[in-house]
Amino acid sequence: MPALKMIERIEFGLLSPDDIRRMSVAKINTPDTYDEDGYPIPGGLMDPKLGVVDPGLKCRTCGARPRECPGHFGHIELARPVIHVGYVGVIYDCLRATCGNPECRRILLRDDKIREYKEKIERLKKEGGKWWEVSAQAIKEAANAEKCPHCGSRQPTIKFEKPTTFYADKNRLTPIDVRAWLEQIRDEECILLGIDPKIARPEWMVLTVLPVPPVTVRPSITLESGVRSEDDLTHKLVDVIRINQRLAENIEAGAPQLIVEDMWELLQYHVTTYIDNAVSGVPPARHRSGRVLRTLAQRLRGKEGRFRGNLSGKRVDFSARTVVSPDPSISINEIGVPEYVAKTLTIPVRVTEHNLEELKTFVRRGPDIYPGANYVIGPDGRKFDLRYADREELANNLAPGYVVERHLKDGDIVLFNRQPSLHRMSIMAHEVRVLPGRTFRLNLSVCPPYNADFDGDEMNVHAPQTEEAQAEARILMRVQEQILSPRFGGPIIGGIQDHITGAYLLTRKQTKLTREQATWLLAQCGIFEELPKPAIRERGREYWTGKQIFSMLLPKDLNLTYRAKICEKCASCKEEDCEIEAYVVIKNGKLLSGVIDARGFKALDRCEILDRIVKDYGTTAAREFLDKVTKLSIAAAMLLGFTTGIDDEDIPDKAKERIQEVLEEAKERVQELIRAYERGELEPLPGRSLRETLEMRIMGVLAESRDKAGEIAERYLGLDNHAVIMARTGARGSMLNLTQMAACVGQQSVRGERISRGYKGRTLPHFQPGDLGADARGFVSSSYKSGLKPLEFFFHAMGGREGLVDTAVRTAQSGYLQRRLINALQDLRVEYDMTVRDDRGSIIQFRYGEDSVDPAKSDYGKSVNIEKMIDKILVE
Amino acid sequence: MAGVSEETIKEEVQKLSGELPEGVVKELQRALVKKSKEKAITRDQLNRIISEVKNAYLNALVEPGEAVGTVAAQSIGEPGTQMTLRTFHYAGVAELNVTLGLPRLIEILDARKNIANPLMTIYLKEPWKHDKEKAREFAMKIEETTVEDVAIQTEMDLFSMTFRVELDRSKLRRRKLTPLRVARAIERDLNLQVWVKGNLIKVKPAIESPAELRRIADRVRKHKLMGIKGISKVLVKMEGNEYVVYTEGSNLEEVLKQEEVDETRTITNDIYEIMNVLGIEAARNAIIKEAVKTLEEQGLEVDIRHIMLVADMMTSTGSIRQIGRHGISGEKASVLARASFEITTQHLFDACIHGEADRLSGIIENVIAGQPIPLGTGMVELQMKGGGSRGSK
Repeated sequence: MPALKMIERIEFGLLSPDDIRRMSVAKINTPDTYDEDGYPIPGGLMDPKLGVVDPGLKCRTCGARPRECPGHFGHIELARPVIHVGYVGVIYDCLRATCGNPECRRILLRDDKIREYKEKIERLKKEGGKWWEVSAQAIKEAANAEKCPHCGSRQPTIKFEKPTTFYADKNRLTPIDVRAWLEQIRDEECILLGIDPKIARPEWMVLTVLPVPPVTVRPSITLESGVRSEDDLTHKLVDVIRINQRLAENIEAGAPQLIVEDMWELLQYHVTTYIDNAVSGVPPARHRSGRVLRTLAQRLRGKEGRFRGNLSGKRVDFSARTVVSPDPSISINEIGVPEYVAKTLTIPVRVTEHNLEELKTFVRRGPDIYPGANYVIGPDGRKFDLRYADREELANNLAPGYVVERHLKDGDIVLFNRQPSLHRMSIMAHEVRVLPGRTFRLNLSVCPPYNADFDGDEMNVHAPQTEEAQAEARILMRVQEQILSPRFGGPIIGGIQDHITGAYLLTRKQTKLTREQATWLLAQCGIFEELPKPAIRERGREYWTGKQIFSMLLPKDLNLTYRAKICEKCASCKEEDCEIEAYVVIKNGKLLSGVIDARGFKALDRCEILDRIVKDYGTTAAREFLDKVTKLSIAAAMLLGFTTGIDDEDIPDKAKERIQEVLEEAKERVQELIRAYERGELEPLPGRSLRETLEMRIMGVLAESRDKAGEIAERYLGLDNHAVIMARTGARGSMLNLTQMAACVGQQSVRGERISRGYKGRTLPHFQPGDLGADARGFVSSSYKSGLKPLEFFFHAMGGREGLVDTAVRTAQSGYLQRRLINALQDLRVEYDMTVRDDRGSIIQFRYGEDSVDPAKSDYGKSVNIEKMIDKILVE
Repeated sequence: MAGVSEETIKEEVQKLSGELPEGVVKELQRALVKKSKEKAITRDQLNRIISEVKNAYLNALVEPGEAVGTVAAQSIGEPGTQMTLRTFHYAGVAELNVTLGLPRLIEILDARKNIANPLMTIYLKEPWKHDKEKAREFAMKIEETTVEDVAIQTEMDLFSMTFRVELDRSKLRRRKLTPLRVARAIERDLNLQVWVKGNLIKVKPAIESPAELRRIADRVRKHKLMGIKGISKVLVKMEGNEYVVYTEGSNLEEVLKQEEVDETRTITNDIYEIMNVLGIEAARNAIIKEAVKTLEEQGLEVDIRHIMLVADMMTSTGSIRQIGRHGISGEKASVLARASFEITTQHLFDACIHGEADRLSGIIENVIAGQPIPLGTGMVELQMKGGGSRGSK
């Protein structure tokens, strides 16, 4: 929907006392708000002329009802002027930079200088630059003058005392003096002080009249007990009025100077805290309960303030939130929405001849029966709530021109989001599938972009309302359009965990499938084609290989050769004859050799097959491939059987003994190093102290021994071991995880060093002071499986705790970095001339990325994958 | 069918230059020439390859209106959560401290003037780069050596009102210094009375008071005897087939003045220093290089275009601007954009005094105003007038 009117610009300026009086509808002079009967007192802070908040009443000024009436300003006439805290700095500058002689009050610059600065400012102003930066220089120069170049009078030293007091030499300047001084500054010289006199006269920075915001800005809340509780601003204004009144009375009565000044000071305090209750040097105003009041500045500032909390981020309608759970049977493009949510979120649909009948039935069903509707909007814009309206009559009246807000139904497009929204793939558009249950369901392949798991994660859904928004969501934001990450130009959506193990089990050599098994597998992923010729015939029976089945998902003209994740990177590759089938060859859509593992289609990995399919066959083909391959893999894992348990980490006693020997040997070597160190025979590494050298050497020895122990264990953990399959194929876990379970956990560290803190010279009282040995400094020689000894457990907890603290600190730091980056770069866009410009129109890059290539459309950063392209054409 | 000759390939491929980036054209030519030697390429195949490459390139172009800034920010910020927080890791050169991971990335983007671990990689010119002794000599020469560095112990003698320094012979010898020369240096540069007795140096303050003694003790200890200011630790390493000097601490300007130094390759990780010595373009490249290095070391894949954009944004005004309130965010044209980032109220107060007008040209201002943002599909400014049926005006 095109905006009817656009805001062109927003101007900022100061209000003059006259402005304030002119826009005021009521002079406020009584500190009381309500009388005994609970009616607002005229001239009080709740004066009905300031607007209405209570339902049923009409505004005394504009006659509008609550919510329609925007509220109207009132004003307080201050008995004595006070300084505006926000402008003490500017006032200070004005006083310093202008002549102290009341007859003169010129800026303390020579005429030629004035002209020079003015010219600079005018030029910058025309360009739309920050001219006040020039003024800042002028102020700095003028403030240093000792004599006025115009009248020649000696300049008083102006002192500023926080928060709002000024002295000229030793004499205190009252706000009246300050105001008088500022009044005398000439219009044409204001510009040199960084002030635009057309918009802000310097003396307006000293308040004589205080605007009173309308009640709509500071609504009072009525508690259940019927007690009224006023807004913080109202409380503060009451303070201002009360003291203002007393001050006025005292002046009237001719009270002694001292008393008047005290009260004046107090008035200054109240006005200061009314504007900003967190000025340094001013004790914050408090509520009776001791709570610090939230006054004007506090309402704007900070994360929950008006700017970041309400203007940059707004609360929305048409959204839902619940727990997410997995559903491998729906497409990656889809989202399972509970019926309850579908009945609450609605989509407005215009009635046309074509959907009239359908919408009529929706209206008849109403809000409670699923696919129904919640509201009908007539051609005149009237809204009927179907809970109460005569649905039958409405349905019969339905005609083009009406709009029906119907329930969400299958195929609707919604936005799905998981916080923290770190990248654009954190909000993607999904097609609705209304499902029973109370959770949102999502396909497992879309977990990586959202970084979602199912341990209680909650996610949000938003239903776009206009056709334009729906179209944009469908075309630009749909999950299949986001498979490639703009971060590195590779897939971020793809198989995870069991998808990888399943595919590995299916495609390895020993897998032999009967016709029944093969057809079942294919049926699971929705393929009902004729099977290819069986690859194996044994004793008159036909068998198919897993590779044959897998090949049925591949595009018919796909050609690919790569090394799988399990590849051991042997010096000379045996290629097709590899024992572990790490050499993958796909020719004309047939998987001829090699197994499919993480390199095949895992998300966030160099997944060759998926990558090729998205880039060469398009996103729809990729989505279909992913939907099928994940279902096939899971079916394969179910069919072939896959499980893991702690006994996967069992190693023979002989191996355990060997590991013990290795560790003992290492510990002995550590002792030797320590002895050498104590004898002073240790040769220091360049640029390191002896002690540092010793630590580094010991760490080296221990790390090496841990690796060796791991190697010994690995010898007994072959590819027939399910835990190893997961680690080697890249499905989950690593060999390091396994050897820590099977062989030895290794050195625990805090701040990158061996553990050394605790007692004086030792980590725990179980050791001798000064013991630098492996055990005394947190080397865990047990394995997780055999269990940790108490001391080891303690060290392990130290290392573990550091990890937790680290994660917490890191999230905070990187979150702030991200916010700053976004804020700094968000205005940049590519123009039609392919330059990158900011919102001023200044060029940041003449060609985006030096080659105008979109990383999301690139092949891992390269604009064209020349090798593959040449091969593709030459093969034909 | 015979394949096309190398010349034809070159000729045909060169037609692409101007249309396609230089790098792609060169790579295509190289690949084609190499392939044609293994297997003949027919004219038809050549033409098809060239047109396919061209199509692939055109398909990979960014679309106007793309929010490249936001995408870049997300691409760099998102992997931040996966980075380590460890400051001191020993990478590459095990003996030197390097800041890595998230702290280093923050340091680069913050445009810090004083980085935690400044580091130089000094490449040498001919005789020095292949001679270990000469390289080491050079390293010794530039290492900043203070009296403290060559002393075994220093002591303030309040009784005799002297400051005593016991020098380490072996340390002196390695730096080709003698106690006498050390004494002379102190005498000359600090204008103090000095006595030498074997390895012992005694310094007497001009005014005999404990405070003065303490003051001169400090000055003597920190007194530079030789080397370049800031270079606190040097290390000679074999890299490839040459000797390279790594230093902790950095002083690019002075190091480049040394005749032994290959000034075309010597580099520091202090971006400000690079800007001051080599200029803003070099600083821009340094930002890219350092950021890429940091991300790569953490095993994170981030397209270089994102980093280039950040670097260009930081350097586009001719000096380095920080990503944050003291740099880019603080200099935005829009009042609302500045106010919504940090120090909200001060920005508003100032805007009023200056009589600023917010033209709502950026993103956040339009979000605040509830209007379409000028990016992507919202960037269109020309609109068709609604109403009226087909044909009629």
